Amino acid sequence: MTADLMLIWPELILTIGGLITLMLGTFLGDRNVGLYQLSSLLTLAAAAAAVVALFGVETTVFSGTLSVDSFGGFAKLLIYAASFVCIVIAPRFFNGGMRAEYPTLILFAALGMGIMASSRDLMTLYVGLELNSLAAYVLASFMRADERSTEAGLKYFVLGALASGMLLYGISLLYGFTGTTDFAGIAKVLGGELNIGLIFGIVFVLAGLGFKISAVPFHMWTPDVYEGAPTPVTTFFATAPKVAAMALMTRVVIDAMGPAVGAWQQIIIFLSLASIILGAVGAIGQKNIKRLLAYSSINNVGFMLVGLAAGTQQGVEGVLTYLLVYMLTTLGAFLVVLQLRDADGNQVESIPALAGLSQRRPGLAAAMAVFLFSLAGIPPLFGFWPKYLVFEAAVNANLVPLAVAGIVASVIGAFYYIAIIKTMYFDDKSDTEFPAGGGAIVEDAVITASALWLSVIGYLFIPVLAVLSASAAAVLF
Amino acid sequence: MSGFPILSLMLAVPAVAAILCLFVGDKTSRWVALGATLATFVLGCILWAQFDIGGAQWQFTERADLFGRFQYALGIDGMALMLIMLSVFLMPLCILASWDAIKSRVGLYMSMFLIMEVVMIGVFMAQDLLLFYIFFEAGLIPMYFIIGIWGGANRKYAAFKFFLYTLLGSVLMLIAMIAMIAEAGTTDIPTLLNYDFPVQMQTWLWLAFFASLAVKMPMWPVHTWLPDAHVQAPTAGSMILAGVLLKLGAYGFIRFMMPMFPDASAQLMWIVFGLSMIAVVYTSLVALAQSDMKKLIAYSSVAHMAIVTAGLFAFNQQGIEGALIIMLSHGVVSAALFFCVGVIYDRLHTREIDRYGGLAVNMPAYALFFMLFTMASIGLPGTSGFVGEFLSLAGIYEASSWVAFVCTTGIILGAAYMLYLYRRVVFGELTKDDVKAMPDLTAREWTIMVPLAAVALWMGVYPESFLAPMRGDVTTVVARLAPAKPAGDAHLAAGKPKPAAAHGETAHGSSHAGGVQ
Repeated sequence: MTADLMLIWPELILTIGGLITLMLGTFLGDRNVGLYQLSSLLTLAAAAAAVVALFGVETTVFSGTLSVDSFGGFAKLLIYAASFVCIVIAPRFFNGGMRAEYPTLILFAALGMGIMASSRDLMTLYVGLELNSLAAYVLASFMRADERSTEAGLKYFVLGALASGMLLYGISLLYGFTGTTDFAGIAKVLGGELNIGLIFGIVFVLAGLGFKISAVPFHMWTPDVYEGAPTPVTTFFATAPKVAAMALMTRVVIDAMGPAVGAWQQIIIFLSLASIILGAVGAIGQKNIKRLLAYSSINNVGFMLVGLAAGTQQGVEGVLTYLLVYMLTTLGAFLVVLQLRDADGNQVESIPALAGLSQRRPGLAAAMAVFLFSLAGIPPLFGFWPKYLVFEAAVNANLVPLAVAGIVASVIGAFYYIAIIKTMYFDDKSDTEFPAGGGAIVEDAVITASALWLSVIGYLFIPVLAVLSASAAAVLF
Repeated sequence: MSGFPILSLMLAVPAVAAILCLFVGDKTSRWVALGATLATFVLGCILWAQFDIGGAQWQFTERADLFGRFQYALGIDGMALMLIMLSVFLMPLCILASWDAIKSRVGLYMSMFLIMEVVMIGVFMAQDLLLFYIFFEAGLIPMYFIIGIWGGANRKYAAFKFFLYTLLGSVLMLIAMIAMIAEAGTTDIPTLLNYDFPVQMQTWLWLAFFASLAVKMPMWPVHTWLPDAHVQAPTAGSMILAGVLLKLGAYGFIRFMMPMFPDASAQLMWIVFGLSMIAVVYTSLVALAQSDMKKLIAYSSVAHMAIVTAGLFAFNQQGIEGALIIMLSHGVVSAALFFCVGVIYDRLHTREIDRYGGLAVNMPAYALFFMLFTMASIGLPGTSGFVGEFLSLAGIYEASSWVAFVCTTGIILGAAYMLYLYRRVVFGELTKDDVKAMPDLTAREWTIMVPLAAVALWMGVYPESFLAPMRGDVTTVVARLAPAKPAGDAHLAAGKPKPAAAHGETAHGSSHAGGVQ
């Protein structure tokens, strides 16, 4: 038992750090922003250090319910990094309305996501998922005086509860027909003959997880929640939980359902193509940049699922690389959105108001253009590389029709990305002024660094990425 | 100078200048861009001078394992060399052409042009399949900005159409490349050139490549983005689009499709011939009916490119050499023609042919240059157009006399629409007052016209300078295609030259003797 505890240091650190942050906020008051922000950031940094220290350990703890491996480690590092940025950017946005609950909730959400990414059992899976979801519901309605924010929280909660219900139903079916909640045990049974109960179980579990990654047709909540939630929270939703849910989905599909390829593969292919196409088509008419980025995230999840559909180690490597690049791009894009304030300091979210941004804030517009071209996967920007990897995995797994359909549909996606670039660069200046300055140095630094990395520099990191993602993906095979 | 990474340097100079242009003022950025493009041109000249004709197929090779899965591998053969020369030659002229015409956001404009240059010469240098694809696609981004920001009234529509049309084509090629890499296990282009893909697979790969390259080319019926893009693009944008970007498609044909998929190329040759024949006649007729100068030249580009594709798929030395010369010649001549349009557009701000007339009276120097480039476009002997068209038609005739027949009518039609254009713009009565007020060429315009004219004449009078570096590579391609080559319908038989006749010792002379009986 003690030995097991030594292996879950990241989780322990997050729990303790989260509680300390909460206490700090409670006893010293919400005014001490610097203090509880510092404690939460230190917690995340320490947890990340613990993950790095545990790299290379491949084992399971607590009677095989939780695994400690580099796959989980890879996902956790991404999650912690995204959480870190989302805490850093918050105080400026809330502008005096910052409360200690914000970093605390993010820490607990990160804890839940870490458990999701390393679960090896349906029960730990559910516990992690719910811990993350509960924190997320509250975060979505964090600006409780704001109508849109509370609406987002409520919507997220109702649909999330529905998804959890479906997931639980699937879990109960899988448990009932296999007699175990352990992934390895389930895989053993699924290797035999499938009966209708097992198939229903698989379908419901995948549907429940589909909600979490917001794959079509379970995506309806995404645009509303992304639009309504405060922008730092949206940034968080678009990055960390995506990584966690995608990692979880990969683990469930490969680890637990691995042998029943015929049963899950067509579901994943459907989710994938539907997400790519609907995510692209749905985005075209959007006038709100946050809604648009929501559709973009749906679209990108579709591409990740292409890699997952391949079901090979190469595919999982592609998914992991994709997650990393997607996370950086999305963080950058949302940070740009965060910087868009008019002369009165109000947030600007309408796309038409961005007209002529390139003349008012050339640097910001250039960074946004890099992020958007990268999301569209146009070389030489680095967003091309993960797309290449997932399509390569699909072609090598004999899924050429999927690859062709997916890549052709990606052109539809390119349309709305370049439409925003058109607004920023080709259109005449709008009335909205975007006074420069006021942006925290950290925000500018993150935007600059990720934009630079996503331009050609990222290609130099391919060897490192390949080693990391290969060692993480190898765990599942 | 074997160890010196001159190719990387040629990429680095414009790349660094592109970044610099973003941060310096409007005035300085013009000079930075001009300096960088001239420096690259000088490097290109050194490259040509150092190129060992008849030496190794791939020269100046550089290789660095930077990217893990694929390599930073550069190297050129004769064909790539000539196309790189074309790009670096046109680039300073484009910068000069936009010297006064571009007034807003000059730094960004120059930066985009320099990135364009990096990308274009990168495409010709790449020796790795993925590196090639990255360069090939990267050209979309700067061109999107150039058309969209500095273009005409309908520029946004044209920019979208250009971007999406060409992107849709190229993504299919990416899937084909993935399949090729999986099959051959390498991304190295020289290795892939000699890899024999299964015939069944070749057909699919060929079709996927064709989908992409036909759009870039552009071939009928996927050419419709080109007139829009040309009409809306600024003058220099049209110059570079017609001059170099259109050559990427043809370069892809001869670099990838023909040597890598010889069986499929032979099998599906009829598609290329069919589309080329339609394109030559149809787009020439369309060009005749245009009232917009740029549109007319754009359609004429489609027709010229159709002769290029037909020449390439003739599968013989003359056809391919001719096609390559047309590529080079069209690169110079169409860029020059677009510049000619730009010169008068800058003065009157309209491209309507009817608004002009009688320019020969008040702009004699202009009329002279315009005349030269018109003749070069038609293919008058002594100009660059003649050499290419004659060689490629001779090659096509060997493969199929019907195709040669139809393509030749295209050339007649070409003479018709170009002369008709010239008559309406330059000859006739000088009646309109605003036209009367137009001054003749400025010193800057002279500086652009003279090199273009010199090259067009040089290529027409002594094409050997340009053919010599490419001949070996063409022979390699022809040899690679030979096993799959279908019999032509010309049934040529070599004549019996008189024994004592002292013919030139060139390899070319002997193949000519077979071709023109």
